[in-house]
Amino acid sequence: MGIQGIGASVARKEDRRFITGAGRYTDDMVVPGMMHAVFVRSPHAHATLGKIDSAEAEDMPGVIAVLTGEQLKADEIGNLICGWAISSKDGAPMNMGEWSPLAVGKVRYVGDAVAVVVAETRAQARDAAEAVMVDYDELPVVVDALEALKEGAPQVHDNAPGNLIFDWEIGEKAATEQALAGAAHVTKMQIRNNRLVPNAMEPRAALAKYDRAEDHFTLWTTSQNPHVARLVLSAFYNVAPENKLRVIAPDVGGGFGSKIYIYPEEIVCLWASKRTGVPVKWVAERTESFLTDAHGRDHLTEVEMGFDANNRIVGLKVDTIANLGAYMSLFSSAVPTYLYATLLSGQYVIPAIHANVRTVYTNTAPVDAYRGAGRPEATYLLERMMETAARELGVSPAELRRMNFIREYPYQTPVIMCYDAGDYEASLDAAMKAADWDGFPARRAEAEARGKLRGIGMSCYIEACGIAPSAAVGALGAGVGLWESAEVRVNAVGTVEVMTGSHSHGQGHETTFAQLVSDRLGLPLDQVNIVHGDTDKVQMGMGTYGSRSGAVGMSAIAKALDKVETKAKKIAAHLLEADEGDIVIEDGHCKVAGTDKQVPWFQVALAAYTAHNLPDGMEPGLKEGAFYDPSNFTFPAGCYICEVEVDPETGKTDVVQFVASDDFGNIINPLIVEGQVHGGLAQGIGQALLEDTAYDASGQLLTASYMDYAMPRAADLPSFNVGTTVTPCPSNPLGIKGCGEAGAIGSPPALINAVTDAIGVRDLTMPASPRRVWEALQAKA
Amino acid sequence: MAKLEMTVNGRKVSRVVDDRTLLAHFLREDMQLTGTHVGCDTSQCGACVVHVDGKAVKSCTMLAAQASGAQVTTIEGLSSGADLHPVQRAFNEHHGLQCGFCTTGMIMASVDIIARHGGDLDEATVRAELEGNICRCTGYHNIVKAVLAANAEMHGASQAAE
Repeated sequence: MGIQGIGASVARKEDRRFITGAGRYTDDMVVPGMMHAVFVRSPHAHATLGKIDSAEAEDMPGVIAVLTGEQLKADEIGNLICGWAISSKDGAPMNMGEWSPLAVGKVRYVGDAVAVVVAETRAQARDAAEAVMVDYDELPVVVDALEALKEGAPQVHDNAPGNLIFDWEIGEKAATEQALAGAAHVTKMQIRNNRLVPNAMEPRAALAKYDRAEDHFTLWTTSQNPHVARLVLSAFYNVAPENKLRVIAPDVGGGFGSKIYIYPEEIVCLWASKRTGVPVKWVAERTESFLTDAHGRDHLTEVEMGFDANNRIVGLKVDTIANLGAYMSLFSSAVPTYLYATLLSGQYVIPAIHANVRTVYTNTAPVDAYRGAGRPEATYLLERMMETAARELGVSPAELRRMNFIREYPYQTPVIMCYDAGDYEASLDAAMKAADWDGFPARRAEAEARGKLRGIGMSCYIEACGIAPSAAVGALGAGVGLWESAEVRVNAVGTVEVMTGSHSHGQGHETTFAQLVSDRLGLPLDQVNIVHGDTDKVQMGMGTYGSRSGAVGMSAIAKALDKVETKAKKIAAHLLEADEGDIVIEDGHCKVAGTDKQVPWFQVALAAYTAHNLPDGMEPGLKEGAFYDPSNFTFPAGCYICEVEVDPETGKTDVVQFVASDDFGNIINPLIVEGQVHGGLAQGIGQALLEDTAYDASGQLLTASYMDYAMPRAADLPSFNVGTTVTPCPSNPLGIKGCGEAGAIGSPPALINAVTDAIGVRDLTMPASPRRVWEALQAKA
Repeated sequence: MAKLEMTVNGRKVSRVVDDRTLLAHFLREDMQLTGTHVGCDTSQCGACVVHVDGKAVKSCTMLAAQASGAQVTTIEGLSSGADLHPVQRAFNEHHGLQCGFCTTGMIMASVDIIARHGGDLDEATVRAELEGNICRCTGYHNIVKAVLAANAEMHGASQAAE
C-alpha cells in the first residue's frame, strides 16, 4: 500500500469544489434563452380529469406555453414503464397500468402532474400555474395496501383487478409448511416496514435544451445513471434516438436510489423544449420532492420461523404485501421480489423457506428502491424474528444467531443466492467486543438508578450487492444488463483520464478510482482524472446503485488497466531491449525487474503517441476500454449492536451507543468507507426512530415538509463506533463487496431490538416515536 | 420593484429586483453565486446559510431588499485563492462532506458557531447548534469531528497569537 494507493485514507480530491461553493449542480446550470417550468399537480388522490382551462394562465406575464397530457399524447411521447418484468405464480404477467408523463383521463395520487407552465421566470411560471383551472371529478381513494386488496376497494388501474399487480412466490411451500408443522417452537410476528421518503438534499431537477439546427437534445439532470436515462428516454419514451440525445448528470446532491429512475418531469422538459423552442428548466420544491420522488419500503408481512428442540432453524414462511403506490416506477417490481425474498436466508442455515409477495396499487406516490432496497426489509424481518425467538426460547440472542450461522462456502440458499465468502462469527465477536456486551448489565443498572430504561439489541445482516451478473438478472426479468464499463486514456505525457459508467453523487469516486490507478501505475493522484456523468464523454454505463461502483465499476477499470499495462510493457520492453515478461511498473517507471534499467512512465506514453519507435505492427496510442460483468453478486455482511436509553416519563429514546462491524471485503479508502457506513446508519436509525410517511384517508400526504417529516438531525444521533473485518470477495478481481447500503440495512432491527429490550415489550412498530414507546409502556402497565 | 445596494464578498453591488426576491435567489440568480443552495421551502435545511453583517442567516428567510445596506458573505467569499478557511480545510481532512449540497451552508453555520462560542465547544454543543442544518449523507459524525477540529485549530491559533 502506498500513501495514495489501495488501502490509504486519502482525503477526497473532489472536495475542493464543494467546500468553496464551486460545485456544479443541475440548478446551477444556465443556458442562453432558458425559461422555467412549473407543474400543475393534482390536489386529489384519485379523480377523473375534466377540462383544463389555461386561457387565463396563458395571458399572464412571461408565460410562453401551458402544455397538457393530450398534447403530449398527440406528439406520441410514451408512457413511463417498469423495466423489470415479474410474473405471478400462475404465470400471468404483471399488471402494469398506464403512466402518462402528464395525466390523461385520470389522476391517481396527490402530486400527479396534469399540466406544465413555461415562463420567463420561475415566479411567473408559478403564478400562472396557480391560474390554470382544472376540473376534477373526485373518486374514492385507497392508500393502505391491505385495504386495497379487499373486495370493493377503489380501483386504481382498470387492468389491475383488485389492485393486484402480481402475486409472486419463491422457495418451497410444502416443505416449509411441513418443517413448521414439525417444529419444536414457532415464532410468529406481523411486521410493518414503514414507508420512507429518500430526501436527497438536492431536489430533483432537469434542464432540457433542444437544438433545432441539429435536431439534437441535451438534458442536464439529477441522475445516478445518465446512460440508463438516455437508453430509456430513447427506447421507450420516444423523446429522441440515442445519437440525438446527450444526458449529463453533473454534480448530484445525493440519490439513495431516488435518482435512479426516469421521472415524468425530465420527459416533459425535453418535449416542452422542442415544442416551445427554448431551453426549459425545472427544479423541484421540497414539497414536490416529498409528493413525487419515489418513496421506499412500505411492506406488511406475516412471518413464521420454526426451530427444532436444539434451537436450530427448520423453516421460514413469509407472506408480504408491498405497496407500490399509484404507478410502477422503473425498478419497483424487483425491490419486493428479487432484492428482498432472495435474502431471506440471512446469515443462517435455513433448510426450508417460502415467501409469497403480493404487490399492490394504491393512491399514493410510487414506491421504488431506496438505500438498501428490499434488503433492509428482509433483514428487519429476520432480525426481529431472531431476537423475539431468542427471548421466547430463553437463550441469548447472540448465541441463537451463532449456532445457526452459515459456516461453509460457497453456500447455496433455498432462495437463489449462492453466498461466496464470509465469516459472520468474526463480525459478531468484533461487534460484541467493541460494544462491551458483557458489561451491559452494569450499564443497565446504572441507568435504572437515573430513572432510565436501558436496552441492548443486535442485528446480523447480509445483503447482495453489485446487482449482477447480467445473464442472471436477465433470467429473472431485468430489462437491462448490469455490467459496468470503463476506458483508461493515457495521455501523451503520461497523465491519465478514466471514463467510467459509474456515477458519483457523494461516494467519492474521483478519489477512490484514482487511488486504484495510482496504485497500479505508480502515478500521483493529481495526474489521474475521473470522468463520469456525461453520455458524450463516457460511451456507456449502468450507473451507481446497489453498492456496485466499487465491486463492478472499479473492476471494469482494473480490467482496462490490465490492457493498458500489457501494451505499456510491450513498448517499454522494446525501448529497453528487454523481455516483456521482465517489465514491472512501479513508482512511475517501467523497470526491468532485478536491474537498474528503467524508462519513465511519461516516456512510454510519449513513445506510444510519437510512434517513431514502436514494436513491429503495434498501433499507436495508449487507450483501452473494458466491460466488466461479474460472476456473482457480492455479499457484504456484518453485525450491528445498538444501545438505547428510554425515558419512561416521555417515551423518548436516546441512542447512546451504536457499534457497526462490517465485512466489505477489501477496502480502497477506509475514510470514505467509514463515511458511507455513518450515512447509512443515520438513515437506518432515522427509519427506526424518527421517519414516517403518513397519508390521510383522502390520500393527502401529511408529512410533506421538514416541519412534518422527522429527518435525523445532528442531535438525534450519537457518534458511531465502526470497524471492519475482511473476507475478500472471490467474485471480482479487487475482492470488493461494497459498502454503500449496509448501514441502512443492518441498523433498524438493532435499534428496535434495543428499544423493545429496554421497555420489555415484544412488538413495536417503526418508528419508535416517543408517543408509540410511551403508549407501549402504558399498555404494559 | 426594489432597489438594493449591498456589499457581497467585499464587492459593492447595486441591483433592482422583484420585491418578493429572496436573498437566496438574489445571490444564486442575480449574482451567480451558486454555492448558496436551496434544499427546502420551509427554512429547515440550512443549505442556504450565508453571513449577513457577520451573523449566520438562512438566506431563504430574508428578502433581498431586507439585506440592502448589509455586508453579505457567501461560501465563495469565505476564503480566497489557494487558501482555505480552517473550517473548509477541516471538512476536507475529516471527510465531513459527501454529495456537497448541504456542505456550503454547513460550513457557513459552523464558522458562526465557532465564532460565537469563542473556542469553548464540545460535541453536544456542536450537535445542538447544528439543529438547523440537515445532512442526508454523512450521519453528521464527520461534520461534528470537523467542526471540533477547526475549533481547536482556530482557538489554538488565537491563543498562540496572544
